Amino acid sequence: MSETTARFVDDSLFVPEAEHVTLRGARCGACRTTTFPHQNSCPRCGGVDMSEVALPRAGHIWSFTVQHFEPKAPYRGQQPFEPYGVAYVDLGPVIVESRLTESDASAISIGDPVELTVIPAFEDTVTFAFAPAGSAS
Amino acid sequence: MKVAIVGIGMHPFGRTPGVSGRAQGAHAARAALADAGVTWSDMQFAFGGSYSAGDADSLVSDLGLTGVPFINVYNGCGTGGSALIAARSAILSGEHDLGLVVGFDKHPPGAFAADPASLGLGEWYGETGLMLTTQFFAMKIQRYLHLHNISTSTLSTVAAKAFANGALNPNAWRREAHTPEAVAASKMVNDPLTQYMFCSPGEGAVALVVARAGQAHRYTDTPVVIESAEFRSRRFGSFEVFSPWLSPDSAPGPTVEAAQAAFESAGIGPADVDVAQIQDTESGAEIMHMAETGLCKDGEQEGLISSGATEIGGALPINTDGGCLANGEPIGASGLRQVYENVLQLRGAAGVRQVPGNPRVAFSHVYGAPGISACTVITR
Repeated sequence: MSETTARFVDDSLFVPEAEHVTLRGARCGACRTTTFPHQNSCPRCGGVDMSEVALPRAGHIWSFTVQHFEPKAPYRGQQPFEPYGVAYVDLGPVIVESRLTESDASAISIGDPVELTVIPAFEDTVTFAFAPAGSAS
Repeated sequence: MKVAIVGIGMHPFGRTPGVSGRAQGAHAARAALADAGVTWSDMQFAFGGSYSAGDADSLVSDLGLTGVPFINVYNGCGTGGSALIAARSAILSGEHDLGLVVGFDKHPPGAFAADPASLGLGEWYGETGLMLTTQFFAMKIQRYLHLHNISTSTLSTVAAKAFANGALNPNAWRREAHTPEAVAASKMVNDPLTQYMFCSPGEGAVALVVARAGQAHRYTDTPVVIESAEFRSRRFGSFEVFSPWLSPDSAPGPTVEAAQAAFESAGIGPADVDVAQIQDTESGAEIMHMAETGLCKDGEQEGLISSGATEIGGALPINTDGGCLANGEPIGASGLRQVYENVLQLRGAAGVRQVPGNPRVAFSHVYGAPGISACTVITR
């Protein structure tokens, strides 16, 4: 599935027309807090001077797990269900929760370098995910 | 002036087909009233709540239409703790002398369903499989074990202790002991947590009769004094469930502040605690909460747990009734279950699971979504 032709699960999560898929956050003009997704006010200082920011595309695993059972609705995944990796990825200004391309817990460690890619979500949509650094095209 | 707990009542936890959550609440209330030797018409006020089993104040239809001011509390996992705090304040304010606190619930089997929109999150968060409480617990303990060099086998030991204590508790849901090996070998749910390391939503009810401490001996020979009861919500930077992102500037969770406030307000330190009931939504939560409450330091848990210090006969008995792991989590009742167990222990009435040495100070702690904690210190 190509990054450029697939439909995103939610367009507001991504920087429009980026060369490589890039997450869209917000940065507070007052306290510099970075949020993901973009939001219109700052949860730290309550400020409303929020500007769009492209988040770094590479980071490292902050913590992780593997989802072994099929979630209830509103989950809409591929059938049949296959376990999938989930992590918090430290991107520097913000730590983002994300799917992983890896689903074997023994192959994942805290501190592993990862980079952004997309994976199939449901129907013809894709969502963001992190892959081991150097593995994503 | 202080407030005392003079009566306690419980409906057994677990699954009771054909008995509504409200009926279980009424059962617990009647038991607490009988324990204190009082009647419903003696109650000057009541605070109560459930999350999904109806309005607590509708219990007046079962207990009697006495005109009593009955205030509903709806505060998630903090419902019981919040109701107790409100009741204590009602007496401390001088407004009342005697009242009832009740919490009950009845949840369908399986994990709680989550609705992204109700929390201000996009549909994508649920659709792509990120909106699961179990993932949060797994990732929180995964990082904690890594940072503090604690082995995953400690998770199994915690669960095995809970089931061993539950086997001694006639009101518990899970009354079958499991070895740590069996816990580790149960179905993997979210690495590093297996099925037997998680509690389940369940059913049950607890009620307490509280009184002005100076009048407590009218109702019981064994009053237990509420030295403190404190509630806190999260601050920016705390790692909580359903967070699409975290700040690199991390802050302690609400447990830390609630526990500190409870100990300071009581003038009693964590080292003085003889028995503790702390939130064990899963095994890792008990480990992390031992340190967040101040009962030990980060990283000391594995040594304490593997040496048996947290067992009923140990130096720091924790979750002596089997905790959430053996009792399940009926949200409205869960926090009051902890206080019920602590009262039993301080009365010396806990039977085969009695903590030896005449415990004098008991601590309880609840934690829940979306980042709240309530703690109490009670003494005899």
